[in-house]
Amino acid sequence: MTGLWFAAAFAALLMSIFLAISYGAKQLTLEAVWAAVFSYDPDITAHQIVHEYRLPRVLGAVVTGMAFAVAGAVMQGVTRNPMADAGILGVNAGAAFVVALCFAFLPGLSYTQLILMSFIGAALSTLCIVLLGSATQGGLHSLRLTIAGAVVAAILHSFSSGIAIYYDLSQDLAFWYAGGVAGVKLEQLKVLAPVVLIVIVWAASMGRSITFLSLGDESAASLGVYTGRIRLLGMAAAVVLAGASVSVAGSIGFVGLVVPHIARRLLGVDYRKVIPFSALLGAILLVWADFASRMVNPPREFAIGAMVAMIGVPFFLYLARKERREL
Amino acid sequence: MMSLEQKRTARAVVAGILLLAVAVIVVIVSLNTGTIRLSPSSIWRTLLGSGTRDETLILFDYRLPRIVITVLAGIGLGISGAVLQGVSRNSLADPGILGIHSGAALGLIVFVSFFRTMEGPAAMLIPMFTFAGGIVISIIIFLLAYDRYKGMIPIRLILVGIAIEAGVSAITLFLSLKLDEDTYTFAARWLAGSVWGRDWVNVWALLPWVAVLVPIIYSRARTLDLFALGDETASGVGSHVTRNRMLMLGLAVALSCASVSMTGGIGFIGLVAPHIARRLAGPQHRHFLPIAALTGLVIMVSADTIGRSIFQPNAVPAGVIVAAIGGPYFLYLLLSSKPNSRRNY
Repeated sequence: MTGLWFAAAFAALLMSIFLAISYGAKQLTLEAVWAAVFSYDPDITAHQIVHEYRLPRVLGAVVTGMAFAVAGAVMQGVTRNPMADAGILGVNAGAAFVVALCFAFLPGLSYTQLILMSFIGAALSTLCIVLLGSATQGGLHSLRLTIAGAVVAAILHSFSSGIAIYYDLSQDLAFWYAGGVAGVKLEQLKVLAPVVLIVIVWAASMGRSITFLSLGDESAASLGVYTGRIRLLGMAAAVVLAGASVSVAGSIGFVGLVVPHIARRLLGVDYRKVIPFSALLGAILLVWADFASRMVNPPREFAIGAMVAMIGVPFFLYLARKERREL
Repeated sequence: MMSLEQKRTARAVVAGILLLAVAVIVVIVSLNTGTIRLSPSSIWRTLLGSGTRDETLILFDYRLPRIVITVLAGIGLGISGAVLQGVSRNSLADPGILGIHSGAALGLIVFVSFFRTMEGPAAMLIPMFTFAGGIVISIIIFLLAYDRYKGMIPIRLILVGIAIEAGVSAITLFLSLKLDEDTYTFAARWLAGSVWGRDWVNVWALLPWVAVLVPIIYSRARTLDLFALGDETASGVGSHVTRNRMLMLGLAVALSCASVSMTGGIGFIGLVAPHIARRLAGPQHRHFLPIAALTGLVIMVSADTIGRSIFQPNAVPAGVIVAAIGGPYFLYLLLSSKPNSRRNY
């Protein structure tokens, strides 16, 4: 049964990638598209379009989708909080804040340095929110973690827009923030993809401990899991995944919220399966969201974050209604 | 011996007088602040009508309208926050956090998309658009947070607010990316909470909302007190709970949306002002509503003054200053509240 789901998801992912590369704002014949992928000739315009734009952004959607979804799955597992998600736990807001600071005070930064800085911002804000969450009554498990995250994000967001307005950077920042995977380059993917894949494999290897942890601290401890250490490592993995993706693709929330819930519904709570399956589903979701964002109104693009929010917001509301336990 | 009631009244009056004094000082400092400094005495002289032509121009055409707007908006935000907290029995309620301002923002973006201008008589319509956006979004939020058996669930109200805000912001982002650069810059500033209304026409657009809604709300202070008792008790003593709740919510939404229409999406004032007021004047709305209004006024005017004076030559939106103070205060409230008490979610 599990194998069947994996096979289906894998096939669906391949088909989505195929579709997303084949179609776009510019009508190209299928032969031209695939010739461009497998026998690239830089003198032909069609080949350039595919090679410079479509291929990187589709692969970018695959990699960031995997990363966001696995980050969400791991966070939900180790905090036992069904509403944990990179966007909600302030990763995006922290990254955007540091990027705003860099635009304002260190305008000469190279792209790689910018990615590194936004990654640091993501890590710091997540650390801050997790510490706040641990300090509340009920701990990380509590829904207050969600609220604390939203408020920290609101504060950071307010500061970023203050900086952006003061230094007249609003639109630069908006492009970075809402840009999605449109501007991803193959060179960036060569750095990002190995990092993401290695961390996903690492997270999946912790799957057994995360499963026990998601059953509760006492039972996990009695089954021989070092709860503190797994929680720390899990959050670290999630921050690396989400921080790296935010720095490349800007702010895309809700992927990490929705996907793990679907994965658990289909496969049960075994995180050894949920983590890789979330990766596949997340990739499919973002490939489609990106595909839709450029096909709705070509050649203009729709913000991919808004596209995902259309699915994510109703889902979040559904969870908020279902959530009956006390704080 | 004074009764408890008299003691509370006396305390509220003292607090009110002190706050009024602070408010007057803040307003004078604010009038005094700007590229061209005016001394307090020359401000006084000019207000009485015997200043030089330059002083009259600066004061009446530039500074005064803006300060009147911040004063009105501060009062509006403080009171609407107090009403929201009372009605939802949720001490973390704030029009910004509950996502009502995101609805107002949507209304504003729709307005600029259609009219392409913010100047002149069109400004009179802005509060209506922000109000329309705000009321639609609030109805959605409150319907989603309403449980048929348990009534309004405080924690769910906030969660739903957060989610709806994310969704509405996505729509606002989509609409604002279609705007040309100037309008986009304006929208971005507005969203960050930058006081933009600087003309008397903006004052006239905002004044009727505050002047009408605040007395109506104040006249229903007793209704608000009843909500604190819980729905069963309130209906037991003869309060029409559901109808009153909807009415008060509508009034609060109208007041906050009209206030932010001229000052931009400023959150956290509606959260902080009622908390300070409750400490100063006790739990009865009759006492603490005026104090909340004055506190809101002081916060708003100081934030705007700080924003445009300390960070010269450019200005920082008042909303950023308020968030820097109000955000941590919210987190403090969140961390210190107890999970199961009825009131403090």
